[in-house]
Amino acid sequence: MKSIAELQALRDKAREKMTVREGSHDGTRVVVGMATCGIAAGARPVLKAFTEEIEKRHLGHVAVVQTGCIGMCQFEPIVEVIAPGKEKVTYGKVTPEMVAKIVTDHLVNGNPVAEYTVANLMK
Amino acid sequence: MRELSLNVLDIAQNSIAAAATLVTIEIEEAMGMLTIRIGDNGRGMTNEQLEQIRDPFYTTRKTRRVGMGIPLFRMAAEMAGGSLAIESEVGVGTTVTARFGLDHIDRMPLGDMVGTMDTLIRLNPGIDFLYRHTVDERSFELDTRSLREVLDGVPLSEPDIMDWIDANLTEGIQSLGSNA
Repeated sequence: MKSIAELQALRDKAREKMTVREGSHDGTRVVVGMATCGIAAGARPVLKAFTEEIEKRHLGHVAVVQTGCIGMCQFEPIVEVIAPGKEKVTYGKVTPEMVAKIVTDHLVNGNPVAEYTVANLMK
Repeated sequence: MRELSLNVLDIAQNSIAAAATLVTIEIEEAMGMLTIRIGDNGRGMTNEQLEQIRDPFYTTRKTRRVGMGIPLFRMAAEMAGGSLAIESEVGVGTTVTARFGLDHIDRMPLGDMVGTMDTLIRLNPGIDFLYRHTVDERSFELDTRSLREVLDGVPLSEPDIMDWIDANLTEGIQSLGSNA
């Protein structure tokens, strides 16, 4: 069974790491739609995939947050990537399999994945 | 929705929108019934609002945050020989209780409750969650308020801490021998 002693050890370890990366957040946000439409379409595993991929790549400057229904339910799960000084990019019908590419191309290298965007789905 | 844990995630969003600071999620398997209760200390609803959310087509922009979530959850309960009840008081909070026939052929599986709790805790750093799961006389509980005491200022959303929470939930739920 997971023990409280173990949690205390993790707390102390986390505290050290937090001091190192303090102030590294630059305002980049990954926004996942978590209204009824988003959840029913599969937003939960997509969100999980983003947090795992972002942790794996140590992208401490990126925050993953949620939003409600933005009125394009047919394109859920919808994920918006908002980076400071850049235009917002909206991805639609996102699956966990698409997440690694979005993280690598867009969040790491700054190149949005055009084929996954809602704009492309509407063509 | 393909599993009840997704309905729980969805209904809990109403508590978050209602400015709750504590959301309690209880799963109870006993005497052939599965009971799921989502309670909060948010702003609550008037009797008039309570009447309106029974009807998905009555929903106006004013009540849009309620939307289809409750009707879908109610339908899932009723088609599994159960029912849904909502109690609410302005300034006190809201409790949604859904009951299902545990062995009913049309009952959706409970599904990944660890995934639902992980998502809720991770995305809502300002809200506390209490998860209580009971199977007959066996019980498991995770309360983020007690975890915060141990963590002493370290956020729950730290990757290692979230991993511990997920593992704790997984082990705890498994130890119950759940049939849901």
